[in-house]
Formats: sequence, structure tokens, C-alpha cells
Amino acid sequence: MKAPYSWLIDHAQLPAEVNVPSLAEAFTQAGLLVERIDDPAGAIKGPVVVGKVLDFVVEPQKNGKSIRWCHVDCGPHNPEGESSRGVVCGAHNFEVGDYVPVVLPGTVLPGGFEIATRKTYGHLSDGMICAEDELGLGDDHSGIIVFDPALKPVIGSDALELLGAREPVFDIDVTPDTGYCLSIRGLAREAAQITGGVFTDPYSQEVPQESSAGYPVVLDSEDCPLFVAISVSGVDPTAQTPPWMVRRLNQAGVRSITLGVDVSNYVMIESGQPIHNYDASSLSGPIRVRKAKPGEKLTTLDHVDRVLSDEDLLITDDSGPIGLAGVMGGLTTELTETSSDILIEAAWFNPVSIGRTYRRHNLPSEASRRFERSVDSGVAYAAAMKVAELLRDLAGGVISEKVTVAGKVRVMPTCDFPDASLPGRILGVDLSEDHVVSILEASCVEVKKNPTGGLKLTPPTWRPDLVDTYDYVEEVGRKIGFSAIEARMPSAPVGRGYTPTQKLRRSVLNALAEAGFVEIIPLPFISEVDLDRLNLPGDDARRDVVRLANPLSEEQPYLRSTLLPGLFASVNRNTSRSIIDLALFECGLVFRGTQAGPAPMLDVSKRPTNKQVENLFASVPDQPRHVGVVLCGHWLPASADSGAEPVSWKHAVYAAEVVAQAVGATLIRRSASHTPWHPGRCAELGVMVDGEWVNLGWAGEIHPTVVDNWGLPTGSCAMELNLDLLMSLAPGVPEITALSKFPATKQDVALVVDDCIPSVEVTEALRVGAGELLESISLFDVYTGSQIGEGKKSLAFNLIFRAMDRTLTEDEASTARDAAVTAATTRTGAVMRT
Amino acid sequence: MSTELNRMVDEATRAFTNATTMKELKLAKTTHVAENSPVALANRSIAELPKEDRKSAGQAIGAARSQISAAYAQREAELEVVELEARLAGEKVDVTLPASLRPQGALHPVTRLFYDLTDVFVAMGWEVMEGPEAEAEWLNFDALNFTPDHPSRFMSDTLFVDPPENHLVMRTHTSPVQMRTLLTRDLPVYIVVPGKTYRADEYDATHLPVFHQLEGLAVDKGLSMADLKGTLDHLARAMFGSETRTRLRPHYFPFTEPSAEIDIDCFICHGESVGNPDQPCRTCKSEGWIEWGGCGVVNPRVLAAAGIDTNVYSGFAFGMGVDRTVMFRHGASDLRDFAEGDVRFSRQLSGGSR
Repeated sequence: MKAPYSWLIDHAQLPAEVNVPSLAEAFTQAGLLVERIDDPAGAIKGPVVVGKVLDFVVEPQKNGKSIRWCHVDCGPHNPEGESSRGVVCGAHNFEVGDYVPVVLPGTVLPGGFEIATRKTYGHLSDGMICAEDELGLGDDHSGIIVFDPALKPVIGSDALELLGAREPVFDIDVTPDTGYCLSIRGLAREAAQITGGVFTDPYSQEVPQESSAGYPVVLDSEDCPLFVAISVSGVDPTAQTPPWMVRRLNQAGVRSITLGVDVSNYVMIESGQPIHNYDASSLSGPIRVRKAKPGEKLTTLDHVDRVLSDEDLLITDDSGPIGLAGVMGGLTTELTETSSDILIEAAWFNPVSIGRTYRRHNLPSEASRRFERSVDSGVAYAAAMKVAELLRDLAGGVISEKVTVAGKVRVMPTCDFPDASLPGRILGVDLSEDHVVSILEASCVEVKKNPTGGLKLTPPTWRPDLVDTYDYVEEVGRKIGFSAIEARMPSAPVGRGYTPTQKLRRSVLNALAEAGFVEIIPLPFISEVDLDRLNLPGDDARRDVVRLANPLSEEQPYLRSTLLPGLFASVNRNTSRSIIDLALFECGLVFRGTQAGPAPMLDVSKRPTNKQVENLFASVPDQPRHVGVVLCGHWLPASADSGAEPVSWKHAVYAAEVVAQAVGATLIRRSASHTPWHPGRCAELGVMVDGEWVNLGWAGEIHPTVVDNWGLPTGSCAMELNLDLLMSLAPGVPEITALSKFPATKQDVALVVDDCIPSVEVTEALRVGAGELLESISLFDVYTGSQIGEGKKSLAFNLIFRAMDRTLTEDEASTARDAAVTAATTRTGAVMRT
Repeated sequence: MSTELNRMVDEATRAFTNATTMKELKLAKTTHVAENSPVALANRSIAELPKEDRKSAGQAIGAARSQISAAYAQREAELEVVELEARLAGEKVDVTLPASLRPQGALHPVTRLFYDLTDVFVAMGWEVMEGPEAEAEWLNFDALNFTPDHPSRFMSDTLFVDPPENHLVMRTHTSPVQMRTLLTRDLPVYIVVPGKTYRADEYDATHLPVFHQLEGLAVDKGLSMADLKGTLDHLARAMFGSETRTRLRPHYFPFTEPSAEIDIDCFICHGESVGNPDQPCRTCKSEGWIEWGGCGVVNPRVLAAAGIDTNVYSGFAFGMGVDRTVMFRHGASDLRDFAEGDVRFSRQLSGGSR
């Protein structure tokens, strides 16, 4: 809402110490955020004064144009000893005796354009008389500014002041609950209250009793409880909008159109009441306000044919719809350049209805914006009458004494306010009951003592936001200012810190970052194409996606079911920027489409039952937290003393191991074939729970066709696992066992097995067979080749044995090793390599 | 005899001194100390001496051998030092060579800031709660006192799960976790909620359709706006330095009443840039204050929807955008960098710089 300072102080007499910055600060403190103070004259550095044209000579030039060599009396600003300034001017829209703005030499105009005394067209031009755009006050360049004599210009006085350019304009962000501040009247009232000034309401005239004396109006919908109609006849359709009104409309951000329109806009801005003017001669029969019939049509002022919904509120006459109530008028009853009989409408419409209609038809406007935030239903008559008076005063109209008032002013809801100490308690400020009452009364709230204790409060008609007790608490808070609140530290009860899951997750993120992976947080939307490019089969679980009803882009209408598309797209982003060695990770939710059913919409006035809460929580889609990794290029680039280390399936598996270690779980890997991984280089990741395999995810090299589909670097690798599941299976508090102080004994063993046997099976067999003396086992060599025959491989292990209570003899260690080998032979067919 | 011995000692000492390597020294030892060395031979010849001379001769030879051993030990020690120095000189490396054993990993700045923010609250005894991102519409809106026609519920603002009749939305704020908590936990409640939020918003340098919020909620007996201000002051000082001030400015939110916006005074210019075009401030855009988030006293209607007796309990809540906080705290200029995954973005904040 743009509010010129001068307009505000027309209605609010503010204390002498209040100035523009202090009022802006006070507004902001009261919840009316002043986002900007427009100060058009601020861009002009130096004097611009009022001059009177004494004489001029028209001098044709060689280029076909002509200039005027003028003498302009600038009073005290004339050069010493002279009675005027000589000025060369290219415009022709002024006469001798006109008052014009004169920019004196030395003044800098907007854009850094400095005016200087200069020789031009054979004269010494000693200043400039100028157009609106040259002063940065508008875009008119049709001629220089000529002051209306009605403004009573004084030679030599400040021209910018006369132009209204010295008037700062507040640009105020009005919150949805303070619709009454979408008016000069509302803002002036607040300004007076918060600075201790005096407000005089220019719209104090109350809505009279219901009367059908004027133009017949029938209200056929609850969404329009009040409709005031005033007729003005004999309006001069050629009458011009006076400059002062144009100036104020411009300051408020509204363009001047015609007098009829300008007057209603002016009154809307001042009073907050949107006004609609009809060409009375085009109306036929009584005005009826009703809901539209489905399929009914109306051509609105913007020449658009609109098909109406039965929720749209209409103004109609015998010809059918003539306007979308509160949103836009119809074309057939619009004021034209010959309209002389005008019917003025000032009505109150249900905010919800207006909001729905303007959104349905995509017709936001100054009027619908005000109706949606609720207009003061008590101002309708005064506003309509102000329009009538302006039409009378400015265009010779005659106001009909017969006024129609259909319906009534809304009755405002009263509030039983339990206790006048409540505002102080909730705001945390010492406030006496008298203070609270005086603030509320200053806000025009009717305060009565409740016979049963407490207060009975009734808000004024322009404050529909005051309903509940806490609304009044806020009103008191706004008026004392939140800066009056002294900070106090609440003491929370002793807390339990982060939950185990939160701690584990933080460990996982930190571990991955420390292991060399960079965290990314891409947008979690995916497309069908993304799933296709992963080569997912039709029945893959990841195709069970959640679709958005109104996606940001139709190209990505789904919530992700896997982290891989976001990771892959980030690889693309980096490689397109020449960053080719990457190790990325993300930890975030994925969404599964299968859903129990619609989420219940419950009563808000009381707590839902436990069963309802349970259903509510169960209604949202399953959305587990996954962690995923993608790698490409080199894990480490070549350095002075070592070659480059390209990424491999191992780095993807390493990432999984880092995650598992951070959680404290022991991951088990087994060979798997799972899209989008390379079928021979894919590890399924899992844990054993009570002897049962639980899948957690996969890691390995990405399938070459998927690499091609996504344009990933050759050999890219990835890992994705269900972190929520992993954390839920994490072991509890682990034990710390005593450490043996005796030396260890090492034994090496090489075993030949079939190539297809996973090394982990041989390792596990050795571990089981070796018994409790085995401390650790590691695989240090894998050999395939002619020495051991086709389809076989040799695995070399290093076994470390140690006892708690003694130094082991070689014999003891050998016996344990032999037992290990026997177990491996039994389980995997392993043979000692000879 | 003694002349002879002196010569032997002199020769041995000279030979040791002349040795410049351990190898030469060992060779000299063979010549002057070992079995066939003159002094060893002299020792063996004692037996051939008359009995009465043996003692003095033995003493003289013993003294000479001691002298030779000492000379050897001294030279050996000298040469060890020389040889160690030579070896170390040969082992010199260029320590300015790259020494990475793994690539440079990094947490996303949003994650780091969440750590810092929630740590402040956990230290005060608050707890951290989380919730789903695809959320029941009732929890996201109705329970928080959004009327059915509130503009933010329209499809132009909120992402709905298809079909919309199922009343599931992508949560537009972390506030539904407030209601989840109030419905399931005993009072008093002091919680913060970090998380991802969604809006049908633009994707440009200053807007992200998916962003991050930290939300706080306290419900207890006797809480007021003063407690809210105290909490926010503490948070602001913990995040931006002990000099930081906050300002509460009345505003409107459906779920709080009274409601306010939280401004913090600019921790870079402390207002010096206001009305001072020669000293503009990028962080606060020369406004002196930075809009940080929203807050207020929990609307009793919200507490009522959770079955809380509003005559006994009151609460306060606040929320702030974490991406935007990263933006002004670290001077980041483009929000798209937060979502695009360019590794250079996350790698910029490391160690204490966060």
C-alpha cells in the first residue's frame, strides 16, 4: 500500500516531533512494515524554482524546428541586477504569464544531468524550464510543466514542493489480517494512535437504516449483506480530473483514466471501500445480487467472455449478469465518454467468495484485494456519498436524495475477555488493567465489564481480525510495541540430547565427508525418463512412485524413489563444468507410492482420538531415509610419486563400509545382479538378523548402458542403501573385552577353490574352523593361472592366533590352522595348495 | 717396550682418525685391534717374558689397548654421526608435494548450519524432532489454524500429492511436526525441528522450491513473548556473535497470535551502512536489519486442536530459513548453487570457517 505522507496528515494531526523517518519507524514497530520511502525530489540536487514567463520570441531554426527565447522572472533567483533570466526552450505549450518550473544552473537532475549556463542558439541560456520526465516525476514529455493557477504559485518559491514531489510516499507491507490498513483512513488512524496524535475520520457518516428509496436493489445471497446505491445525474462527461487528484493517484501507484474512474479509485484508496460506477442509462430493471448459474456467461470490462461457476457472486439486472461482484464490472454497463447519469455502488462482499472468484478467473485487482481482506462494512455509505460529492463538485453532477441501502452493517462478534491481565502475561510485560482498556478503547474497541467478571469486547466494523482473546492480546502488543518486551530465558526441563538415531546419522554424514565424499542436496523430483534411463524393469519397486498433482515442471512430476537420479544429474553438472573426478553423497528421503488411503481431515476444535491420530500418521507415504554415493573419474589424481587411482567398485563398497562402521553394524556383501549396476560388479549389501538376510542396498560399478544413458564418465560407480533400516538394525551398546598381553603367532595358508566360490565364504569357513584362538584373518593374495588349473583360484590367507593366558606354541597354532583348513575343505571344497 | 707400545697406539689412533667411513674404520680395527694386530701380538708375547717383567708389561699393554679402544670408540661415534647426517641428507624429500590420501570431502553448508543451530538448543535441554516431508494436509494446515480458503493452501503455493482428494501435501513448513509432537508427547515440550520444506515457488537466484527450515516450539505453563525474545536473543548471539541484537516486528501468521517477524541487526555493518551510500553493506542491503524468520505466541486454536488446556498452558514458536541464513552468514549470492551439486560449493566451508 502506497501512502503519501501528505495524505495521511490530512486526516491525522501528529505531534510536532513526528517526522517522516520517525513515523516510518513507528509504523514498522506496529506491524506495518515500511518497505520503502519514495522521495522523488531526493534525486534532484539543487534548486528548482517557480518562474513566471514575462515574454518570449519564437525563433525558427535551420533544422525546421523553432525555439523560444524566453525571459522568466524567478524573483530572488534572478541574476544580480536583472529582473529575469534568459532561457532557451524547445517546447511550445506555454503562454506569457504562465508559471513554470525553472531549474537553476548548478542543479543536477536525475541521471546526473547537470544544468549549466551555456551558449545555445545564439543566446546565453541561464537555466532550464522543464518537462515532468526531466525532473524524474513522471513520464510526460509532451511539453513543459505549466502550473495550474489554482495552486497559487509564488515566483521564486520551491517548484518541487508545489509539484508535490517533496512529499515522501510510504510503501507499506500490509499483512492479511490488517485489511483496514489498505486505506489512507486506516493508516492515518494507526499513525495517530501510535504517535499520540489526533485522527479525524473523513468517513464518519454511518450507514443509514435500510431504505429502498433509490435505485431498486435486491440481495439474493448471503455473500452480500449490504449494498448502498447512490444516483448522480447530469455529470459532465468531459470534465477533467484535477491535477491534485491525479498527483495523489500517481503517488498511490494508480494511473489517472477518466474523472469517473479516478474519483472512485481516489475514494477507494482513501476509505478502503471499493466503488463501482454504472452508466445508469444502461441499466434495465432492479439490480439483483445473486450467485451465478452454472454455465452462465459475462463479458467483463477487459472484453473477455467468461463462463461462470455457481460459486461466483454476480451483480445482475433484467438483462442478466452485469458484473462479477467485487472483482470486475461487465462491459454493458461501463461508464463511457458520454455517460452523464451514474449509479454508485458501495457494497460488502464475503471475503472468501471474492477470493475464490478472482482466483478462478485470475483477476486480481485493487478492489478484489481489499474485499478479500475484508472491507469495513460501516464505511459503505460514507464512501459512496464521497464519490457522489466529488462528481458534484468536479463535474457538476446532481446527487439524488433518494438513496438505496439494501441490507445492514455487519454485527461484529463480541469476545468474552476473561481477564485484563492476560495481555501482560502473554506479552511478558507489566500492564495494568487500565492501560489495557485504554489501548483497546483507542483502537475503537467497545469495552464493557462483564457481570460475571472479565471484559466484554466488541471491535469496530473495520476490525474483523479481532475475534479471539489472543487477537486482542496482539492488538495491545502492537500498540505498546514489541520493543517494550524485556527478554527472559525460559528454562526447559533437562533434555535427553540427540536421539541415538540422530547421533548415528550425524556420524554417518561426518564419516562420509571425512572419507572424501562431498555432500549434495539436489531437488528431489524425478521423471519417468529418469527411471527409464536407470534401465529399471517394469515391476521394479522404484517405479512405484508418488506423483505430484501440481508438479513444478511436468517433466519431473514424481518424488524420487531412489537417490541415484539426483546424484547422476549432479555428476553431469560437475562434468559440464570440467570437474571430472567426483565422489558425491546425499542423505535424504525417498518416497514410495503405495499408500494406505486418503489422509483424514479432522475437526480442529478438539483433540482427535488416538485412533484418528494413528490413522492420520499412517496415511502418509512410506518415506525412508537413504544414503547414496556416486563416483567417477579418479579417486585420487596422479601425483609426483604415484599414479592416478581410478574409481572402482571398491570405492562404492568402501562408502557402504564407512556408513556401516559409523553405525557400528557389520555389513555382509554378496554378489548380485541388480539394475542399474554392472551384473558382474554389483554387491548386494545386507546384515544377518536372527540368521535371516536383510537387504540394505547395493554398491558397485554402474552398468555401461546406464552410464551411456546418463552421459556419465566410463566406469562410474554408485552405492545406495536404506539408512533408516540400517540404523534400526544397529547393535546396541557393545562390550569391550579384555586384551591378551601375550605375543601372537602367525600362520599363512593358501587354498585352491573353484573360481565361483566367493572369497568371503572361504574366509568364514576358516574363521569358524580355527576356533577361538584365531584373532584375525586376512586375505592377502588371489591367484589364477596355469599352476592351479582352469576354473580354479588360489586364495592366500594370513591367520593370526593368540591366547588370553599364554604364549601359543607353533604346534598349537598349526593344529588350529589345520582345523581351519579342514572346515574350509568341508564347506567350500578348498584344497591346500601344494 | 713402551716406545713400541706408544708407536702402536699412535699408529692405531692415526689409522682410526684417517678412516672417513665406517668401513675404513672396521678395516683399521682389523689391523690395529684384531688377533694379528701388533698390540695383540705384543700381548701374546708377554708369556715369553721373564716372570718378574710380566706384570709391568701386562699393565703397559693393557693401558695401550685401552687407549686404542678408546680412540676407536671415539672415532666410531664421530663417524656414526657423519654417516647418519649423510643418510638423512640423502633422504630429503620435497614436503610441499601433494600429500592427499583421499579426496577432499565436505558437508553441505546447510547440514553444517543445522548442526550449529540444533547444538545451541540441545545445550539448553531442548530436543530435536523430525517428521515426514510428504505430510497430511490436516497437519500442515488445518491443525495450524489455516482456514480452508487461506491463499497458501492453493495449488499455486503448495505442492499436492496426486490425487489432491487424498489430502496429502509436501509440507510447506516444518510446523506439522509441532502438531505431531503435541499429539504424541507429554507437556512441557521444548523442541526444535530441522528439515526440508516445499513450496510451488520459483527456482532462481533468490528462490528455491525446496529449502530448509529450523522451527522451534515451546509449550509450558506461563510462557510469554518475553521467553520467546530471550530464546531468540540467545540463538542470535550464539550464531552471529555476542553483540547481536534482535528486533521483533508485529506480523501475521495463522498459527501464532501475537505474531512477529524476527530481524537481527546486521552483524557486518551494525547499521553503519544505513543512509550512507559511501559505505554500502551487501549483507543487509544497507537496511541495518536482516529479516531472519517468523515467530509468535502459539495460537490457542492450535493448542486446542491438540487437546491442550489453553487456560493452563501457553507456548511460543519460531522458524527461520536455513538456506537464507547460510546465504547472509557466508555471503553466498545464488541459491541455485545450494541445489546444483557443484562440489566447489560445499568444499568452501571447512573447519572453523563454518
